[in-house]
Amino acid sequence: MKQELTALESSFNQLLETLLIKKLEHEEFTLKLSSEQSQFTRFNHAKVRQTGCVADGSIELTLMAEQRSSSRQFPFTGNWEKDWQKAHQALQELRDEITILPIDPYLVLPSGNNTSREVHHSNVLAQDDVVSSILAEVAALDFTGIYAGGIVIKAYGDSSGQKHWFATDTFTLDYSLFISSGKAVKGTFAGSNWDVASYAAKINEAKKQLNLLSHPAKELPRGQYKTYFAPAAVADLLQMLSWGAVSEADIQQGNSALAALSRKEKQLSAKFSLKENFQLGLVPRFNELGEMAAPELAIIENGVLVNSLVNSRTAKEYQKDANGANRSETLRTPEISPGNLKFEQILSNLDTGLYVSNLHYLNWSDRPTGRITGMTRYACFWVEKGEIVAPIENLRFDESLYRFWGENLVDFTNFQEFIPEVDTYENRKLGGSLVPGMLVNDFTYTL
Amino acid sequence: MWSELTKAIASFHIPADWIGIRVVRETAANRYVRDGIPQANGKSTTEGAMIEVLVNGCLGYAATNSLQLESLESAAEIAYKQALAASKWLIYPFKETERPKVVGEYNSPFLEPLDALSPGEINDLLVRMCRTLKVHDKIVQTTASINTSERESWFVSSNGSEVYQKFISLGTNYGAIAQDGAIVQQRTNNGWQAHCYQGGWEVLKQENLWQRVQQVGEQALELLTAEECPNTCTNLVLAPDQMMLQIHESVGHPLEIDRILGDERNYAGGSFVTTEDFGQLIYGSPLMNITFDPTVPGEYASYAFDDTGAVATREYVIKEGVLQRGLGSLESQARAGVPGVACARACSWNRPAIDRMANLNLEPGNASFAEIIGDIEHGVYMESNRSWSIDDRRYKFQFGCEYAKLIENGKLTKTLRNPNYRATTPEFWRSLIKIGNQDSWQMYGTPYCGKGEPNQAIWVGHGSPVCVFANVEVFGGGS
Repeated sequence: MKQELTALESSFNQLLETLLIKKLEHEEFTLKLSSEQSQFTRFNHAKVRQTGCVADGSIELTLMAEQRSSSRQFPFTGNWEKDWQKAHQALQELRDEITILPIDPYLVLPSGNNTSREVHHSNVLAQDDVVSSILAEVAALDFTGIYAGGIVIKAYGDSSGQKHWFATDTFTLDYSLFISSGKAVKGTFAGSNWDVASYAAKINEAKKQLNLLSHPAKELPRGQYKTYFAPAAVADLLQMLSWGAVSEADIQQGNSALAALSRKEKQLSAKFSLKENFQLGLVPRFNELGEMAAPELAIIENGVLVNSLVNSRTAKEYQKDANGANRSETLRTPEISPGNLKFEQILSNLDTGLYVSNLHYLNWSDRPTGRITGMTRYACFWVEKGEIVAPIENLRFDESLYRFWGENLVDFTNFQEFIPEVDTYENRKLGGSLVPGMLVNDFTYTL
Repeated sequence: MWSELTKAIASFHIPADWIGIRVVRETAANRYVRDGIPQANGKSTTEGAMIEVLVNGCLGYAATNSLQLESLESAAEIAYKQALAASKWLIYPFKETERPKVVGEYNSPFLEPLDALSPGEINDLLVRMCRTLKVHDKIVQTTASINTSERESWFVSSNGSEVYQKFISLGTNYGAIAQDGAIVQQRTNNGWQAHCYQGGWEVLKQENLWQRVQQVGEQALELLTAEECPNTCTNLVLAPDQMMLQIHESVGHPLEIDRILGDERNYAGGSFVTTEDFGQLIYGSPLMNITFDPTVPGEYASYAFDDTGAVATREYVIKEGVLQRGLGSLESQARAGVPGVACARACSWNRPAIDRMANLNLEPGNASFAEIIGDIEHGVYMESNRSWSIDDRRYKFQFGCEYAKLIENGKLTKTLRNPNYRATTPEFWRSLIKIGNQDSWQMYGTPYCGKGEPNQAIWVGHGSPVCVFANVEVFGGGS
């Protein structure tokens, strides 16, 4: 594998160097690589539903000239002859196209001198061992989910001489354990080293929760309930901030749920603080222009929006300071600060209400007011006088973030959990979010 | 391509019971303008091979973006090892009959080829759209985009299959955001990315294109001063552009047999439908007739064969309100023992095929739009989806629309903003009391139906007439 990695890096470097030679004086370019060699094994009923491996890679070449730009994406295989043929064709097409496009007044040219190289080696399961290693532990359970593991590479180069290489070897196991009633416990196991004992401990922990689910489910009427959200549920709510909220462009263009916070018409609880924390080291710090984000960037401090995510293009358009945000100004490595609620106090402080482990299918029901709808899912329980009484039938919620992260926020837990990113649309994503659990008053459930 | 792939299969040194290769080559262009300024001009080409191998009843796969013979050979060996390692743990012993021999070809119909307009001309169109959308200073954002795609696929197998399919498609999207202080309203052309079709530039050139662009801008502005949708239970009239989402979420997904079998429980979820329900579940009112129809010319997910080689035909999924068959591939049909359709599809060469809904259409009834509105004493008419959420069994849902009108005494009266509704799936479809005729039937599509582990976003098409549902909970926005 090391040899293959070296070959890919050499091929990428050769592509970059050749483009630098071919570049005309008035032209600038960026070159981005996304590559992976992944195994995906899908399980259902503790059996294999689908299993296979994917070797994929693509290059995006963006050409800029005369205040215009266009891009071409093409396969990257590591075979120099084939890859250069495609790159050369792309360059020619871009030169033909670019002159007939409209002028882009906010075009940002690459200009920095950043370079970086990170290669994280690991000890993930051998391809042939994945199935038996995972299923032997859960053979007697209704286990379902997916193992995704292997090498992911993100690289960047440009005409100003910036160059970044980030390669990491990781895995995620995203699974659910069901009982016959249809109730389930969800779990994730992720990292760069497969540790047999840790995996067994995770499954044993889930088995204990399964016992709690076997009680008859309680059907609750719609209404407002005090609710504890476990870290995985908090991570789901947090993800909404990447969809029309923390982006400066969205704020400027009337498209942000945090516009009222930005205008200081509303505020959140002083207990709520959010930052981007690249010190976790799980995702590349460079963006689509080769710019490096700061190791940490505060976004919301004690309920006040102190920074939105601003990329260089938005900064140019709205006369703001860029802070290394990506093209879509989304959170890449978010962390919500812990609070004071101790693990052993969760149920007693909740007293009577809902314990929500996971959420499902979130969407803005009214974005300008920060209102989010979605469903409870997996191990969610009704709690009375500090004791778990019964699992619940899933409930729909519809509630504003200005309430649950504002006046109704009781506290965050004093511990955080890392919730790994398990998204595999187009390619396997990296990183995740570091979040605590949270206790909220009067959360609104509607159906 | 045929000879290369056939040669490749012949050269593989693996003792497999069946081998298939599916090659996909796709070039997609995305051009996007905001407020008259270009934001994206790009083309992406993807090309690769998915090799599947059947060993001892277990399918293994390996996908590679290199089509050189040695890469295909190497992938075949990986696929073989994957199948072998999993064969002791297989969920169902698949047979070669689930991958029948098939030979044929499909080509999307089109009139004007995708290269009929230059990138400059396309950008000029998009800039003009933004200018036309900007009907007032309170329009704070205008956007317009055009996506085109030319996708070819070749499927060959060790039992003699040879299928070639070529898909030409075009999607357009434009919209405006209006703002007055804290009030923000968005209006798009029938909902985000709803205009997706197979075909060439003729898809864009509708007679009333520029009037429609201006109307979208005007309606965004109109929503700023509109009343909030009332909180009440009433007659709900849904336009075809919202019915698209309704059919997709509350009929399409719950009828996918792989969901019913539990494959999706860890990600997208299961279903409230069981295998025993087929042939007897009263899903909706007798007015409800839903077809799986990959044969509609120009609909976004039309095709002649699915990605495992099953021949695609039009089938009733729900007839007169009764559930007839599921949306399940030959593999799922074998596992579940219920009738399905040709719907094993993959988003590209780098993902294995799974059960997908393709085109799913609600068949028209007899009522004209005027008759439908004229018969309603009180109700709300909603257009264009803006929010969607449904539980993992596809039972409890809540959807929001961009634009609505109050219906009073048989007439559309005041414009309403922030219209939402919620219900449960069977209760909702059983409350279908009137269905529009062919004149009100409209066809839309979306490229972003998400499902599967590993994840896949795929294209689907939906056609529907206008529909009336009785006694539905509707409500407005927050404050």
